[in-house]
Amino acid sequence: MADKVKVGFLLLGGCAGCEMAVVDLSEKLVDVLQHIEVVFWAPTAADVKYTDLESMEDGFIDVAFIDGMVRLDEHIHMANVMRKKAKTVIAFGVCAALGGTAGMGSLHDKNDLFEKAFKNTPTTDNPDGVFPQPQCLVDGKYDLTLPAYEDKVRTLNQIIDVDYYIGGCPPHHDHVAAAVTALLTGNMPPKGSWITNGKAVCDVCERNPAGKENGQGRAMVNQILRTIEGEPDKEICLLQQGYLCFGPITQGDCGGLCLKVNIPCRGCGGPIPGNHDYGAQALSTIGSIIKNEEITHQLMEKYPNLAKFFYRYALPSGTLPRRM
Amino acid sequence: MSFTPNIVGFACQWCTYAGADLAGNLRAKYPPSVKLIKVPCSGRVKPEYVLEAFARGADGVLVGGCHFGDCHYKDGNYKTKNRTDMLSQLLEDMGFDPRRFRQEWISGAEGQKFAQVITEFTEELQELGPNPLGGQE
Repeated sequence: MADKVKVGFLLLGGCAGCEMAVVDLSEKLVDVLQHIEVVFWAPTAADVKYTDLESMEDGFIDVAFIDGMVRLDEHIHMANVMRKKAKTVIAFGVCAALGGTAGMGSLHDKNDLFEKAFKNTPTTDNPDGVFPQPQCLVDGKYDLTLPAYEDKVRTLNQIIDVDYYIGGCPPHHDHVAAAVTALLTGNMPPKGSWITNGKAVCDVCERNPAGKENGQGRAMVNQILRTIEGEPDKEICLLQQGYLCFGPITQGDCGGLCLKVNIPCRGCGGPIPGNHDYGAQALSTIGSIIKNEEITHQLMEKYPNLAKFFYRYALPSGTLPRRM
Repeated sequence: MSFTPNIVGFACQWCTYAGADLAGNLRAKYPPSVKLIKVPCSGRVKPEYVLEAFARGADGVLVGGCHFGDCHYKDGNYKTKNRTDMLSQLLEDMGFDPRRFRQEWISGAEGQKFAQVITEFTEELQELGPNPLGGQE
């Protein structure tokens, strides 16, 4: 028991999909469990409390996987506790690494979001307009508290020191397996790196026209289509058909899964190495393969909010990380 | 009191940078508000550079390139145009005033135009006031 690697999982502001990816290791997980011991997994899988983590001695956990973005004061607190208790912290999944889709919430203020979430959605029944409060007195005697809502979404590395990053929404389980194997064998990149094969989605995509002998070659984007406007051809590169795809700038640890089911890449894998602002790079790349100004304007008409388009998974990690 | 805005200017070495040079030779007058950064081509300016300049407090950013058809690398400025149009929209979608971001075609022979662009841009920025993001200095 003693020489097993102690692992902890902590979910912040996320959907627990990344933790499902761990469970999806299935038979591999059984093998892996001979080498690791899960000492903390909250608030999802294990029956442990936050106080259990707080009472561990510092550096007790060898590797901590933290998934989800940071939006509540509770997230900030728990991330800090986990940093103290763990020797290595991995930002697990795109939310922890770049902010994730929830990061787009930073383009709206708290009122907007609360009105939408707790009042204006068709399925919400809230005639009195009650919103969650950080503190509430029930029946005059029960003093209840909820975590307070921060004014913007943050990535994990904006709160604590992060050792490694793993992209994906969620990370593909084969990628998780590769990462865990690398961890157990000590075959890790320098601190601060993404754990990735370093290849772009295009590199692993079967549609990639480069180097193919079918005479297709690379061509500029000469029209803009959205997936709601029709079904793309299953063989041809989506970009060349006009469906904007972020494959060229996204890490392809997923094996190009979305492309296999005719869906363009939206960048959950995180930026390929050497790039610090995903959305700006997406804009740059798309801008350089669009045929002319007219098509650019077609794009701007069809996509009503470019910030949400280019920064789908990465807004809080951007140079301008929120609505200004 | 009007302030002197801080403009970060990315200037293509084949045209706008030469245009700025010519403005100097012509003794053209323009406000001392622009800090020029020479780039090989306006297409070299990553949108990230522009965002970074704003994040660090630049009041305005100017990208200067060659007129269409004049690009030393054939189509660099067409790419610039695609990007700057989208970038302006992106800034607006992020709640940042896109008037702070300007893209101009200034050839090596247009020293006067360079001076005029800087003068106009400076005046516009004076009306808009300082960059709301503050910056480091």
